[in-house]
Amino acid sequence: MNFSSTKQTWFANIRGDLLAGIVVALALIPEAIAFSIIAGVDPKVGLYASFSICVIIAFAGGRPGMISAATGAMALVMVTLVKEHGLQYLLAATVLTGVLQILAGVLKLGALMRFVSRSVITGFVNALAILIFMAQLPELTNVSWVVYAMTAAGLAIIYGFPYITKAVPSPLVTIVVLTAISMAMGLDIRTVGDMGELPSSLPVFLLPDVPLNLETLKIIFPYAATLAVVGLLESMMTASIVDDLTDTPSNKNRECMGQGVANIATGFIGGMAGCAMIGQSVINVKSGGRGRLSALTAGTLLLVMVVFLGRWVSQIPMAALVAVMIMVSIGTFSWDSVRKLREHPPSSSIVMIATVVVTVSTHDLAKGVFVGVLLSGIFFAHKVGRVLRVDSASEDGGQTRVYRVLGQVFFASSEAFIAAFDFKEVVPKVRIDVSRAHFWDITAVSALDKAVLKFRREGTEVEVIGMDEASATLVDRFAIHDKPGAVEQLMH
Amino acid sequence: MNKVYACIDGLKTTTAVVDWAAWSANRLGVPLELLHVLERDPDSTAVTDFSGAIGLGAQEMLLQQLSDLDAQRGKLAQEAGRQMLASAKVRAKAAGVLQVDGRMRHGEFVDTVIELEPDARLFVLGEHYQAVAASKLHLDHHLERVIRAVKRPVLMATDEHFAAPERFVIAFDGSATAIKMLDTITRSPMLKGLPALVAMCAPDTSAAHEQLRAARGLLETAGFEAEETLLSGEPEHALPLLMESQGAALLAMGAYGHSRIRHLVIGSTTTSLLRHCKVPVLVLR
Repeated sequence: MNFSSTKQTWFANIRGDLLAGIVVALALIPEAIAFSIIAGVDPKVGLYASFSICVIIAFAGGRPGMISAATGAMALVMVTLVKEHGLQYLLAATVLTGVLQILAGVLKLGALMRFVSRSVITGFVNALAILIFMAQLPELTNVSWVVYAMTAAGLAIIYGFPYITKAVPSPLVTIVVLTAISMAMGLDIRTVGDMGELPSSLPVFLLPDVPLNLETLKIIFPYAATLAVVGLLESMMTASIVDDLTDTPSNKNRECMGQGVANIATGFIGGMAGCAMIGQSVINVKSGGRGRLSALTAGTLLLVMVVFLGRWVSQIPMAALVAVMIMVSIGTFSWDSVRKLREHPPSSSIVMIATVVVTVSTHDLAKGVFVGVLLSGIFFAHKVGRVLRVDSASEDGGQTRVYRVLGQVFFASSEAFIAAFDFKEVVPKVRIDVSRAHFWDITAVSALDKAVLKFRREGTEVEVIGMDEASATLVDRFAIHDKPGAVEQLMH
Repeated sequence: MNKVYACIDGLKTTTAVVDWAAWSANRLGVPLELLHVLERDPDSTAVTDFSGAIGLGAQEMLLQQLSDLDAQRGKLAQEAGRQMLASAKVRAKAAGVLQVDGRMRHGEFVDTVIELEPDARLFVLGEHYQAVAASKLHLDHHLERVIRAVKRPVLMATDEHFAAPERFVIAFDGSATAIKMLDTITRSPMLKGLPALVAMCAPDTSAAHEQLRAARGLLETAGFEAEETLLSGEPEHALPLLMESQGAALLAMGAYGHSRIRHLVIGSTTTSLLRHCKVPVLVLR
């Protein structure tokens, strides 16, 4: 029984949470605008979404200290939906995403995360970083040298300013300075205001303006399913990153449902689907945020600033946002995974790289993770398949050949299993002792049948002993696994 | 369920807690275990970086930095805890307890107490068990949370010097819980042989006297030397006053009878009694 109280997660760290919330809010604004632009919607869609997801997750989430909002991973999934069907279908898809996520939480699908290996997670994170970076490139192509200069100056401030003082968020300084320069010099460069409508009021409740029929469901369901999967994947990954950083546990199923609730509410106030953000959560923890209060502060402050400073926000040059987003992509990238590429086992590195390559080429994080998980499964089967040994000995003065099979027999090792028998040897009797082997599937059983049949056709008498123990695993009765002695029984 | 747990925190009530725990362990004839929980205080994470800039390897660097900080703090806390347990052990041995063990656990205090509950016969806590974080703001002491969370008796030691009690007072209200509490007391060796005083706060009616007499009868049948008294006024004021006139005495009472919701609205007699009492209180469920 866990006695961690509500008070503990809300008010244990008031000062730290408030300050971190401010830092996060300032960093969220450029991100929310940038991700709206990736998705092809007005900045207000991302800003409303960031506000509502951030605030709702503060209450409903299962991982205090984690920041959720409109994210790049989700924005990338919705691009074609917005392009082909428009904003209203995106809002409907957002609501459906939330419903699916709540379902996942109720069915406790968070536990499925254990099939997603470390390498796949790293690949996901790296691919995400690369995609965020690539999404900035349109802002940097076919533009005047001024934009390059501004972006470079922005990056210089972001990474240089902390050497002067760490009391002020440097991305904020970047935005303020670049906006001031652009306004003062009257530079003719693209600003946030050129990208679409900004929020002018607090969000209001509205129903997505789509026909409620099967046709609509057909359009939005594939997107909603992908959004739900991607959102939960990134949220679960971010949660475990925050778990590691703060050395505290989290409630993954509550987080699934929290994400769902947040997305449903967001769809109804005209926001796009979102999920947990790796970069922002790292910034939050780094700035001292540990509790739920920091997410609440960040979300509320974001809305207040955008609504009341909207006139100024629209003047922010895109170059400043690009600089901030490049920082986010660099900070999200797992540098360790590249440095240790050679140290890690080749199979792990291949899984990681495959996840990155598939994701970047399809722009779909779900596909990348699918390939990664599949590959890690194949590699694992390959490795376990090597845990098989067949010893043979001659008995009864050369009248009987005894084969003792030890280890795992299944689809990946059945070939090796058959190859271990010497069918050319002429003996009257063969005994195959499988009492210390495990037959995991139909392939394994048919491989044994095949071996027996082959011996018989050569005129050899075959006896199989210990089949009961060996095929006990085939029955798939997992109930014995949690009883004491089950491991010994399985591993002999 | 055969140990007295003394929950010590190194604050000023610690010696009183050890003394009371030693006394209880001797009375009950069970081993004593000294428990010190190393809690993490999220508030103490000193952060000076509000730059919000994340560069290459930001995550790895942050993890390194935070774990180094925790490691340092953890080492210091462990060392302090070890010393505290060692000196408490010496003190308990001197008080005549035969078997004294020390135990340090990481985690939240109340969680730890709940984990250890199956082994426990009695928990002894200081009046103000060191409260970190949330508890500082709200008057939600660890003590109160422990009393709510566990079903074993809890002895609250005050920071006054320990003196072996010469008598004990039972806060009686005539309820079924109170009668069950009497039953628990008569069956336990802890208070055997000490004279008892049954105190009840109620209007002066014959029904109240009847209830008091019945309670006293229960104690006397069990071989206690018992008296009774009827007090007027609210228990949280009348009982502490009574205790002051009793010298070295112990107050025994039942815990939190009513629901959490009612507690939120009108407050709880148990809580305010615990706050007002200057003598040790034995809280029974």
